[in-house]
Amino acid sequence: MTPLAARETWPQNKVLKGIPASPGIVIGPAHVVSDKYKVQINRYYLTSDKQIAVEIDRFRDAVALTREEISTIKKSITDEFQEHAYILDAHLLILQDKLLYDATIRTIQYERINAEWALQEAVHQAQILFSKIADPYIKSRIQDVEDVSQRVLRHLTGGNPFDFGKLTEPVILVIHDLSPVDTTQMSVAKVKGFITETGGKTSHTAIMAQSLEIPAVVAVEKASQEIATGYTLILDGLNGTVVINPDAKMLDIYVQRKKKFEEFKLDVGKSSFLPAITLDEHQTQVLANIEFQEEVDLALDYGADGIGLYRTEFLFLRHQRLPTEEELFEDYRSVAQMMRPKRVTIRTLDIGGDKFASHLEYAPGINPALGLRAIRFCLKERTIFRTQLRAILRASAYGQVRLMFPLISGIQEVTDARRILAEVQEELAREGHPFQPDMPVGLMIEVPSAVMLADLLAKEADFFSIGTNDLIQYALAIDRGNKHVANMYQPLHPAVLRMIKQVVDAGHAAGITVAVCGEMAGDPLYTPVLLGLGVDELSMNALAIPVVKRIVRHASMEEAQEFARHALQYGTVDEVNSYVTGIMAKRFPEVFMFGRELASAA
Amino acid sequence: MTNNLETTLPVLNRLGLHARAAAKIAALAQSFQATITLERNGLQADARSILDILGLGCPQGSEIKLRAEGPEAGPAVAAIIELFAQAFGEYT
Repeated sequence: MTPLAARETWPQNKVLKGIPASPGIVIGPAHVVSDKYKVQINRYYLTSDKQIAVEIDRFRDAVALTREEISTIKKSITDEFQEHAYILDAHLLILQDKLLYDATIRTIQYERINAEWALQEAVHQAQILFSKIADPYIKSRIQDVEDVSQRVLRHLTGGNPFDFGKLTEPVILVIHDLSPVDTTQMSVAKVKGFITETGGKTSHTAIMAQSLEIPAVVAVEKASQEIATGYTLILDGLNGTVVINPDAKMLDIYVQRKKKFEEFKLDVGKSSFLPAITLDEHQTQVLANIEFQEEVDLALDYGADGIGLYRTEFLFLRHQRLPTEEELFEDYRSVAQMMRPKRVTIRTLDIGGDKFASHLEYAPGINPALGLRAIRFCLKERTIFRTQLRAILRASAYGQVRLMFPLISGIQEVTDARRILAEVQEELAREGHPFQPDMPVGLMIEVPSAVMLADLLAKEADFFSIGTNDLIQYALAIDRGNKHVANMYQPLHPAVLRMIKQVVDAGHAAGITVAVCGEMAGDPLYTPVLLGLGVDELSMNALAIPVVKRIVRHASMEEAQEFARHALQYGTVDEVNSYVTGIMAKRFPEVFMFGRELASAA
Repeated sequence: MTNNLETTLPVLNRLGLHARAAAKIAALAQSFQATITLERNGLQADARSILDILGLGCPQGSEIKLRAEGPEAGPAVAAIIELFAQAFGEYT
């Protein structure tokens, strides 16, 4: 028991904010886990020369194991990309660098201190050295030193990841960082929810929490300092709020909110497996956006009619090397098989700029969003592109696979990409690999030039998918990451609505379907407008599917068209916003109760 | 006989002496029988130590004083000059 005096000094009703990562509300005791990556290090003195010799050997062994570990990773990189394995070469050099290696041994020897502490001392000296560097890029490379020393430390201590088995009662876990592996090992019975200091909405850990239906708030700064084990917490995974030691009044508010939310969730859940048909029998496809194979279950659980966007970057960023064709094929094939007979739309690599710096040394540039990325990158790095196309085509033999090219800005890119696709198809046929020869090929419309050319592009494509996140950003010239202009990022900007309409009309004139796969598609506030503009398919985060389906099923196409027609008549964002909000508050009040929160808590 | 050589080199590549460039210098320096030091703004670095080199914090455009001493000082300096001249094989 904690002494009463201590309890009196506990903070009360203190509110921390983070990013909602998995919806739901839980109330319970906190369990704070100290950062597992900063392995607990004790300092102890070595009393005899023999101990010193043993300690130095122990350090050398740990370094040797680390060298083997890094070399193994390096060997697994294919020949043509050895050039890019430089970061591992740098790690090997750091490992044997005198400032780390010699300094640690010297400290063990002359200060008679254990290896872990001596190594940490050496890292600390390096940190001091690096802190004086003015150049921010070089300064940030201290990270390489820390990475390498963490590897050595793990070999020294034998590693000690958090043991979930130690929990005896249901708790809310507070931890610096939770790896996806840890998340899967979490016992749902013992962990009611979790709070991390790092992470984002779309991190792998967030996805795992959603699948396990464990409410989570991530990116809560200093959570493990503000919260102590034993505190009572309210975790609101809908809006990213954490309340520390709530008083009776606060508790009551949240108990009510929790009850209402659970009722709402149960209610929308009912329609999630029904088709998205309007009252006047117009059918829409409500699809899921996924980033990892593990999300397929989540998509199916929430009633997705298929996968409208499979982002394929993860496998390329997961390792320090490029994935092989077999690895990609296995991944795409299992997604296609799990979803069959529903379709899976695979977007080719949308990567470039800074993200790829660890593999291929394209300097990020000042403006990575406008740099060498997505289809531009693929048309330049053809080996990578062909490998991915081969894997996607081979997977097409195992389900309903569709392909789509991101960031198309004109006809030439489509012609080039299609030519490569045709070559790869010929190649596979020659080698005797089965594939679907008439796999649909779509284009992402997310660059304003593609909107202007939509009528011409429609003749080159089997479908369109409008990527509203980028389209809004490029059309309005808004960087959402810049807080001074972020509020000008407006999905209902009249120019955005007109662009969507133009793309839909061009697509329909050519007889192809038009989907929307940006965040706008998953926000129930916009569902009727998009329907009314003629969008055929909406693809979104799986959690949003039940709410969006419910709105589709409670709306008529006639009213949606009328609604869109009106919305298109306004000249300013404010007018459109207040019109849409006004109508929606009357027609679909549930959107504002929990609908938007539930849909966006991911 | 022992050589003692000194020269000044500009950092041409865009990213400066970052991990990759520093790794190339350190690996090269380790292959010669010579004591090689790099100096910038009064700070000295052992060219065999990637961390020492990184610690100089040399962005593009900085000037580095190179010194080498030892039986293989000549070839070592020649090889390092070559590496700098090629901007470490990177974008300039």
